[in-house]
Amino acid sequence: MTLDFSRNLDYFWALLPEIVLSVWAMVVLVAGVSGRHRPGQRTDSEGDPDFGQGATLGWLALAGILVAGFFNGWLYGVTEVGHTSMIAVDHFRLFANWIFLLAGALAILISFSYVYRQRLQVGEFYGLILLAITGMMFMAAARDLIVIFLGLEVMSISVYALTAFNRRDRKSGEAGLKYFLLGAFSTGFLLYGIALVYGATGSTNVVAIGASVANGTARTGLLTVGIALLTIGFAFKVSAVPFHMWTPDVYEGAPAPVTAFMSAAVKAAAFVAFLRVFLVGFDAATTYDIWYPIMWWLAAITMVVANLIALVQSNVKRMLAYSSIAHAGYLLVALTAANATAAAGMLFYLLVYTLMNIGAFAVVIAVSHQSEERLQIEDYAGFGWSNPLLGVLLTIFLLSLAGFPGTGGFMGKIYLLQGAADSGLWVLSVILVLSTMVSYWYYLRVAWFMWMREPVSEGQHDLVTAPLPMRLALVASVALILYMGIFPSSALGFAQASVHGLGSLGGGLLGLRP
Amino acid sequence: MNAILTAIGYQSWILHALIWLPVLGMGLVLWVEEERAKTVAFWWSLGVFVLSLGLWWVFDPNSGAMQLQTSAPWIPAWGINYSLGVDGISLFMVLLTTFTSVAAILGSFNYVKQRQRAFYALMLMLEAAVVGVFCATDLFLFYVFFELSLVPMYFIVGIWGGERRIYAAIKFFLFTALGSLLMLVGILYLFFKAKALLGVPTFAYADLLQVPLTLHEQIWLFSAFALAFAVKVPIFPLHTWLPDAHVEAPTPGSVVLAAVLLKMGTYGFFRFVLPLFPGAAMQPTVVTVMLTLGIAGIIYTAWVAAVQPDAKKLVAYTSVAHMGFVVIGVFALTVNGLQGGLMVMISHGLSTGALFLLLGMMYERRHTRLIDAFGGIGRVTPWFATAFVITALASIGLPGTSGFVGEFLALLGTFETHKIMAGFAATGVIFAAYYMLPMVQKVFYNPLDKPESRAMKDLSHREIAILAPMVALMILIGWYPTPILRRMEPSVRAVIERVESATPAATATSEPSTAPAPNPTTDLAEAREPSAARRSPGEAVDASPGTRDHGAHDAAHPMTRTTS
Repeated sequence: MTLDFSRNLDYFWALLPEIVLSVWAMVVLVAGVSGRHRPGQRTDSEGDPDFGQGATLGWLALAGILVAGFFNGWLYGVTEVGHTSMIAVDHFRLFANWIFLLAGALAILISFSYVYRQRLQVGEFYGLILLAITGMMFMAAARDLIVIFLGLEVMSISVYALTAFNRRDRKSGEAGLKYFLLGAFSTGFLLYGIALVYGATGSTNVVAIGASVANGTARTGLLTVGIALLTIGFAFKVSAVPFHMWTPDVYEGAPAPVTAFMSAAVKAAAFVAFLRVFLVGFDAATTYDIWYPIMWWLAAITMVVANLIALVQSNVKRMLAYSSIAHAGYLLVALTAANATAAAGMLFYLLVYTLMNIGAFAVVIAVSHQSEERLQIEDYAGFGWSNPLLGVLLTIFLLSLAGFPGTGGFMGKIYLLQGAADSGLWVLSVILVLSTMVSYWYYLRVAWFMWMREPVSEGQHDLVTAPLPMRLALVASVALILYMGIFPSSALGFAQASVHGLGSLGGGLLGLRP
Repeated sequence: MNAILTAIGYQSWILHALIWLPVLGMGLVLWVEEERAKTVAFWWSLGVFVLSLGLWWVFDPNSGAMQLQTSAPWIPAWGINYSLGVDGISLFMVLLTTFTSVAAILGSFNYVKQRQRAFYALMLMLEAAVVGVFCATDLFLFYVFFELSLVPMYFIVGIWGGERRIYAAIKFFLFTALGSLLMLVGILYLFFKAKALLGVPTFAYADLLQVPLTLHEQIWLFSAFALAFAVKVPIFPLHTWLPDAHVEAPTPGSVVLAAVLLKMGTYGFFRFVLPLFPGAAMQPTVVTVMLTLGIAGIIYTAWVAAVQPDAKKLVAYTSVAHMGFVVIGVFALTVNGLQGGLMVMISHGLSTGALFLLLGMMYERRHTRLIDAFGGIGRVTPWFATAFVITALASIGLPGTSGFVGEFLALLGTFETHKIMAGFAATGVIFAAYYMLPMVQKVFYNPLDKPESRAMKDLSHREIAILAPMVALMILIGWYPTPILRRMEPSVRAVIERVESATPAATATSEPSTAPAPNPTTDLAEAREPSAARRSPGEAVDASPGTRDHGAHDAAHPMTRTTS
């Protein structure tokens, strides 16, 4: 099927996954209010608890993700006329969509018992997750700054609400408010940046901006300020240092499945949009010279600072928050490199990161009894020997986050380093590996508490359970991580092919810099 | 023998088997019940060792090239192949690894009482990773195995170690990771240059050798690689993780650490640092610095070892001293020096491995490692004392033991190019006697005044079974090293030729001592000299019954005669 966007109806086809998902979100929402069972009323004493209505809605939401995934796959058979429309139908977007859908599916799977035990409003919870994914998919699809803004807002507002979702928990409310205020502030920067870029180039379309920049009709002064403001807006969303202040508090306060979801998916969405705007819109050599040093320093400072602060964290959720900031730093290296390898590396890394980060959070949720207790690192003492399977899984996730051979995290890091090498960013590469080395300490610290310390008290870990949906998510993510670590070829090829659509725009994406 | 091995297609699958059989054994050990784990692990590793022995026959001693090469595409997009091979440098490292794994597993029967399945699984995983390091002929694959070997060791030290095990484990991990991560950047740089030069992505060792590098690049890359391996060796100022790791590690952990993990570092110098960056390696400053560090390691750690009250720590420090001999052997940049370095690696693997086993047995009996706590147990444990003394003498480098061959050749090689340096290094042999012999005396030959020591049991049959082959090999190699030297020589010579041919500019400006290229023929004669002089006694030992490599030497004899 060929889409010609001069016919308005064709936008419908191009946005089919988004439309399906947003409608599905409404359905889940309505089903949540109209259901007769209140969540948490039914319990089975034997075996896995029956999650009551929560389970029904959870599987319903998962079905929605499946359907959206089906249409996402269908879009592979679709070609668009021209490459300048508001909505892109390229493989780059579709790859990013897979990441969001995967993150959403895993987040829903690991939240079944959490939502049940915390007696959260299931309908709203899953509905908001679906809505957030819709927003992310808009961001990945957008070739227009305004659409990016819309997607960003849909995503952000859903995630603000999700962060504050546990209204019995004051920390959750505090985190939500903090996230909302700072998020709104940063959106202001982004919006003003969009306005200035529009003023400088006369368009909000990324491709038109790129053309205007390339033929020199853009006003440099205005454009420079616009780029700087856009960078701040995006840097906030990907939580790059020094715009990361909100991250640890929000990640710590938010319900754990939400933290898992947003640390992976929100970051991925922001990075995908970031990449498209900067590599398609601001790809001319003169513009690259403007943002290259900014990005270089952002990447370097983020990697170093985040890893150093993560060293001293004793709360596991907070440690993972700083770790996620550090990973944003690694991904910024790819953005700085600004070539096809780096772009593909970023996609690959985002995919792996989603898997390993949500996997690690899943075990954290299990250890904390599907609530917000037992989050200190001491609570992991001897955990590995009392729950060997979960222990081994968490060890694999941590090794992958640390970038150890045999795991997807290692291949991802190699991919990022290759991208950096292609642009000759050797100093940044060395900073990357040195900060990785620092990160070994805090990832391994969890491993040593798990395996090398004795439990503080007998039966300390007896109540740790991983219900069936969570086991599914764990097995899926660990299998994919090992598969991508040992036989990465197919995933690498997939990522590489997905970037082609981006490169065919005629921008200077390839060989931008010697 | 060769015909039988060829008939079963040994050459085509052995290297894969040596890596993947331990992995398979790992699964098996995890699957059987707790009490049987050690038996399964032992027989499994023994089987792997027996399989690896065939390498001795199928290896062509006259070729310096990579042999038994196999290759399969792994990540084609990045030009990464799963390619393996052995040459004269790695052959003995592989054999040492499979041999030490058996000894270490057998030696941990009494030491490891808890969580046995996990322990033996990790030991087998370690064996697989280390064999992979020595066989990989693709730099990416090498790096993967190099890093992977860290994980099992980290857990072995951290879970089954002593009081300060976590500190030791993390220190070990971070130190070695620091170096190897920088090496990764270096590997990627080489990869990037090779891609630009050849047009296709490749990590293959043979391809990366073709990459022309300016001296400036070579110095940087040399630093990155040398740092990675120097931490692992460990070379003098970077050695501080080693005593901690050794003292805290359980006996089998120490054995594997000393016998094979350290060799990964020195092996890296042979395999990668010298051939890839010959220009940097030939720089007089670099050579001087490396030799100085090697000698500093030998002398400094000898003095530190001499005052250690803890026998295990003493032996740990001697490891650094021995590795110092390897370093000077390597950076003497002569055939003798390199061969001596390799021989020290083998000998150190045997003698220090055995020493750690013996110390472990002492600890199991008395629960202390303090030298002064024993007081003359030689009277009640004669077999123990015999094994210990022979091992200690091999460690010192007494003529007639394996330690002598290596240290002599390393010193000889150094003397050819750096006479004064060799003089300083030679004092290390004296110091070795200075720290080792008092320890032997205090433990075995002082008056037996400690009541606990009177009740000490002598070696059990199992312990004799572990130690006898090691002791026999130490003596055998000491009297008759030729079969080993002969197999090493072509590969070592290839390394030297590569270093010398690649850098006419560097040699022209170097200091006088390195300028005259050693004459190959006299070189060869000198290399043979120590072994040739002892040929007849060697045969006498060889003819005695009960030595492990009996058949091997019989097979090797006629060929040795014809070539020399």
